[in-house]
Amino acid sequence: MTHQLPSSDAVAAVTAGLASVGYIASRQIATAIYLAERIEKPILVEGPAGVGKTELAKALAQWRGLKMLRMQCYEGLDEAKALYEWKYAKQLLYTQILKDKLGEVLGGAETLAAALNRLHDFGDVFFSKEFVEPRPLLQALQQQDGCVLLVDEIDKADAEFESLLLEILSDYQVSIPELGTISAAVKPLVLLTSNGERDLSDALKRRCLHLHIGFPEQKLEERIVESRVPGASKALRAQLVSFINQLRTLDLKKLPSVSETVDWARVLVLLQAGELDHQTVKDTLNVLLKYETDIETALPQVTTLVAKARGDGSFG
Amino acid sequence: MRAELHRFFRAARGAGVRVSPAESIDAMRAVADLGFTDRELLRDALLLTLAKSQDEKQALADCFDLFFSHAGLPSAQDNDNEALEANEAASSDAAAEPAAASGAPGNAGGSGAGAMSQGLGELSAMLLSQDRNALAAALANAASAASLPEIRYFTQRGLYSKRILDALGVERLRDDLSRLTTSHPAEAERLASALDGLRDNVRDMVSQALLLYGREEAENLRHEILRNAPLARLDRRQVEEMQLLIRAIARRLRERYSKPRKRQRRGHLDVRKTLRRNAAWGGVPFLTAWKRRHRDRPQIVALCDVSGSVAQVSDFFLLLIHSLHEVVDEVRSFAFSGHLIEVSDILERQEPAAAMAEIMSKVGFGSSDYGRSLQDFEKGWLSIVTPKTTVIILGDARTNKLEPRADIVRRIGERAKRLVWLNPEGRMAWGWGDSEMPRYAPFCNLVRQCASAKQLERAVSDIVGAYQ
Repeated sequence: MTHQLPSSDAVAAVTAGLASVGYIASRQIATAIYLAERIEKPILVEGPAGVGKTELAKALAQWRGLKMLRMQCYEGLDEAKALYEWKYAKQLLYTQILKDKLGEVLGGAETLAAALNRLHDFGDVFFSKEFVEPRPLLQALQQQDGCVLLVDEIDKADAEFESLLLEILSDYQVSIPELGTISAAVKPLVLLTSNGERDLSDALKRRCLHLHIGFPEQKLEERIVESRVPGASKALRAQLVSFINQLRTLDLKKLPSVSETVDWARVLVLLQAGELDHQTVKDTLNVLLKYETDIETALPQVTTLVAKARGDGSFG
Repeated sequence: MRAELHRFFRAARGAGVRVSPAESIDAMRAVADLGFTDRELLRDALLLTLAKSQDEKQALADCFDLFFSHAGLPSAQDNDNEALEANEAASSDAAAEPAAASGAPGNAGGSGAGAMSQGLGELSAMLLSQDRNALAAALANAASAASLPEIRYFTQRGLYSKRILDALGVERLRDDLSRLTTSHPAEAERLASALDGLRDNVRDMVSQALLLYGREEAENLRHEILRNAPLARLDRRQVEEMQLLIRAIARRLRERYSKPRKRQRRGHLDVRKTLRRNAAWGGVPFLTAWKRRHRDRPQIVALCDVSGSVAQVSDFFLLLIHSLHEVVDEVRSFAFSGHLIEVSDILERQEPAAAMAEIMSKVGFGSSDYGRSLQDFEKGWLSIVTPKTTVIILGDARTNKLEPRADIVRRIGERAKRLVWLNPEGRMAWGWGDSEMPRYAPFCNLVRQCASAKQLERAVSDIVGAYQ
């Protein structure tokens, strides 16, 4: 198979591109983005909360210089809010305004049937593009320069909503009964995110590349902190990432995620901590852990964990 | 390479990753774009396009490693040959290849190897000249000629090995060998040991193919056997597998029955709701609201006999019932032999094995006394049985000639939505000896035999399905 050699270079280019807008991507993430662009497939991103699923879409849009359209999913989301809606008020208003005109047009008709026939000749004036209110999904198809469409937390929406997405995901088009099929001007880059609250249907999964973002490796996480919180010193970075990695091995209800790491790094920088010490950690533990029970589990361990983290940090 | 990918898809299906044609097309396109040069990249691309959950990714990654380690087969050949190479003079691959291909003498410069290869079969020539590349190619061709990816069961190993060796031309090799033994004994010895090496290679290759392609079938077969095996008589290894199987059954039941529990009943107008919804239009009903029927989630009370032979079945039954959280609203479980205690907490709190051990230490190992146990239940917990509850009694109804107290069963049956009796013994045995089944049966809505995982699944499926 003779192929353009740079496939791995191209993936590296994606990594570099994302890094330039402050998103440190693992190789898998970069490969997914590269493939999504090449074979024009949506990406379904799964993973625990706060590992940067939504952030990935934002970074991608920023890097590519595209507009980002975001659709937040929730229970009860339906066609009218996701796809399109008729502007009923405008339709009503126009019929009122055009009443006289209608009279003029239909004035010459002798019978009711003739008037109706004449009306038919004008076509569906009130069900035309002017009266369609595009919602995010339709908007995404209409963007002339392409865009990044983020369907956020798809697992929160009802199962019926997934079926609604299928046409867009596989063919990049939407069918509106009164208007026909609207295809994408430029195929948008679609990212769907899910926290795995419920299993998505096979039909949806089949249409997507599946990317799982887990907690990053220690080295990668340090680089993320470096890029997000430039104020943190190298020693502090290594220590705090090591501390959080150990925290993740504990039996907690909600494990601290990357977003918590970044928040905590900011807090520590604000407190002007040059290194971890157990008093600061105990005081700021509520930034990392969001449940009272979790804090109770972690508190007695803090001293040993900090000692370990400092040991790690000095070597790393 | 396309064929190689197709084989990989088959192997992936064998590993339990559902690869649909559409996904294989995606994978093909991705691979065509990325190329085969970077293995890590290839792996990432396949994981992205084929696997659709974290479990599948793991399975596929393992499968990938196994599959592409098989591409490294010729290097295994290296080790075999190294010993021989020591006493071989100078037969580099480059020099040997033309000799093997043309069968012409002379230019190999070995200890008469050139002269020898005259009149020898292709395979013998390859083995003697240790032409690894040609040999690997021949092996691959023979494997596809023998349709190795069709292998399904471990019993077919011998058959496929033989087919591959035949396709390689081992007949001819044997002829060569017997001829050489008389003329060139040293060469014959080399050839014989090379043949042994080849056999090992083929055997490894077949084993690997079985691992790749046969896993699915073998697993299906094993599961089928396991599903029909009597639960009461499993050996230790099977118990573990059975637990996995029960989990799979629980998952299946969950998927089937945890769908939304509301169904619109078209045709029954909800007048109040319609009026309220259309207040804005002065009560002109533009939007209609229809009555919905709420379906209850099952509430289950399970009474399980944990004495002697029934204990194992009760164990699996409790495991199954307690892993149906999404489907079942509430489960209260009770265990009894001589007397009865509630065990819901123990089961919720602990791992199945530990929970069962604790239950057994509390009530197990007694001779069963149905009368007293039922009495315990009536005294302590009869109030939890409501018209929404399904009561399941699991036991062999062998009362040891004690008072059966069928009247309590009648009272439970009257209070409950349904009373189901699951009996691990076959219908034939009911009423024989000290079995009191015929006296209990009239008060139950449903009496079923429940001895294997298959019957267990059907029984639980019926019970849960009755609420839909």
